[in-house]
Amino acid sequence: MKYPLTLTPEQRVRKAIRMRRDIVEMTNAAGSGHPGGSLSAVEMLVTLYNEYIKHDPENPTWIERDYMIFCKCHITPAIYSILARVGYFDPATLLTFRKLGSDLQGHPCRFHPIGMEMSGGSLGQNLSIATGVALGLKTQGKPNKVWALSSEGDLQEGQSWEAIMSAAHFGLDNLTLLVDYNKLQIDGHCEDIMGVHPLDEKFKAFNWHTLVVEDGHDFEQIRAALDEAATLKGRPKVIIAHTIKGKGISYMENVAGWHGKAPDHEHLGLAITELDALENSLTPAQND
Amino acid sequence: MTREVMLSRQGWADALIELGEKDPSVVVLDADLAKSTLTCQFGDKFPERFFDMGIAEQNMVNVAGGLSLTGLTPFVATYGVFVSGRAWEQIRTSICYGELNVKFGGAHGGISVGPDGATHQALEEISIMRVLPKMTVLVPADYYETRKAVLAAASMKGPVYIRFGREKTPVVTSKDAPFEIGKANIMREGSDITIVACGSMVAEALDAADVLAEENISAEVINLHTIKPIDSETILTSVRKTGAIVTAEEHQMAGGMGSAVFEVLMESCPVPGARVGIDDTFGESGKPRELMEKYGITAKEIIERAREVVQRKNS
Repeated sequence: MKYPLTLTPEQRVRKAIRMRRDIVEMTNAAGSGHPGGSLSAVEMLVTLYNEYIKHDPENPTWIERDYMIFCKCHITPAIYSILARVGYFDPATLLTFRKLGSDLQGHPCRFHPIGMEMSGGSLGQNLSIATGVALGLKTQGKPNKVWALSSEGDLQEGQSWEAIMSAAHFGLDNLTLLVDYNKLQIDGHCEDIMGVHPLDEKFKAFNWHTLVVEDGHDFEQIRAALDEAATLKGRPKVIIAHTIKGKGISYMENVAGWHGKAPDHEHLGLAITELDALENSLTPAQND
Repeated sequence: MTREVMLSRQGWADALIELGEKDPSVVVLDADLAKSTLTCQFGDKFPERFFDMGIAEQNMVNVAGGLSLTGLTPFVATYGVFVSGRAWEQIRTSICYGELNVKFGGAHGGISVGPDGATHQALEEISIMRVLPKMTVLVPADYYETRKAVLAAASMKGPVYIRFGREKTPVVTSKDAPFEIGKANIMREGSDITIVACGSMVAEALDAADVLAEENISAEVINLHTIKPIDSETILTSVRKTGAIVTAEEHQMAGGMGSAVFEVLMESCPVPGARVGIDDTFGESGKPRELMEKYGITAKEIIERAREVVQRKNS
């Protein structure tokens, strides 16, 4: 099946719930992993992979595909969930995450057949990769687009700003960067550790088209920003999405401790109960 | 012996232009040192395929990685210190772990960089590049070999690091001499001691062999232009014959070419041996030859160590 396609509002919500189940189940089964920043990116990934990125899971190297480059690669629970759910591999594989011999490495490796364009895990590096891909496509006159997902932690790395400078210098309007701005990192609040505020002003000063999404969990707001970004020319585009770390699992929301900690069985049960309740609250007519 | 001297970096630049003419996928990146690394010559000829990335080596390395993902063959140039050192983790995690098809030209390798001083004298690249899985490490000896190394790097998939110096280097090979990645060249046959050298030290080793011959010490000289994958077979065949070895490199001894050679020997054929190289210190400003002499990396030191090693072998 080729993407993008169009989802109904109800389908979007159900797919987000499905991803959140995967994220807590995968990290629980692995006994490690990064649920917090995975949960904050769910709505953006559902939107991108279903409705914006041009790709074909049955033909991962399709010549017409867009390139999706992850800069925050520690959110493998979210990455693998969306890739499995759009059809790159059997979702049953998700529970092998982080285990010996699995394609689903703790941080992604491009040689495993899971739909990853690029390996990653060391923050600050992959926005340069995305910039290189965009430059390569533009140089060769190819129309493919490049998407990237970063975070405020990734943007603490100096190299990210080298990439931001160079993408603007080369006028790479085939590059759209989304920033999952959840404001928490391992050691605490971003602004206490090493503040990045004001991110939008920084991107503007670096000559990027800069859009801000006030609620990065609102599908309509995400889609409106992506639609607007598509009309902007001449310079690279960034969509800074304000999000909530741990979004959708009440006890994880806005708690830095859930950056890199797996839920135990008790916590998993609580999370599943919450997700069940949300799913059951959707009226039967909303079933897809 | 007086030899013609030529710029190895001109060999790099000439090969890039040759590649650029026959392969439209070849692109070149530099970090504001294009006039030193001579990539400016490629840039003049193929401006649409030349990217000056400014003074930002980490970004340059990974942009090259991204370019390779779109089917291009990027060659990255700057001083060896900056590309191998500042961007080491980018080379490790993005380029080598990702097995991306990016080639590196580490210019201004060695203490013979001269008056710029220690900050600009790359003396560690062989160590820190050869430790990386998937990396190929080449240290060509002169203009012709540098040119061939670049062409050979282009003809294989995967990351390659090519080290060359700033100064004109004595020409010890020729236009038609064979060059194959992973296949060391025996420059002179001998029976009493093996001298393994790379880069600018190949000429010093050949000069040393001339002097040793006058003392009735027959030295075999091996040009180990490929540090990784190392040609164990050629080294071991020679050392099994001579029973003694000296290595010579314009690089830190720790972890360098000599270390790589002795790793091979320790496991298969331990013999009396010694290394000539930089001994755990930084360089300083000075004329190239003055520095080579002060830091003990000339034919003189090769001769002295060879005499000692042969004496040990015979005692």
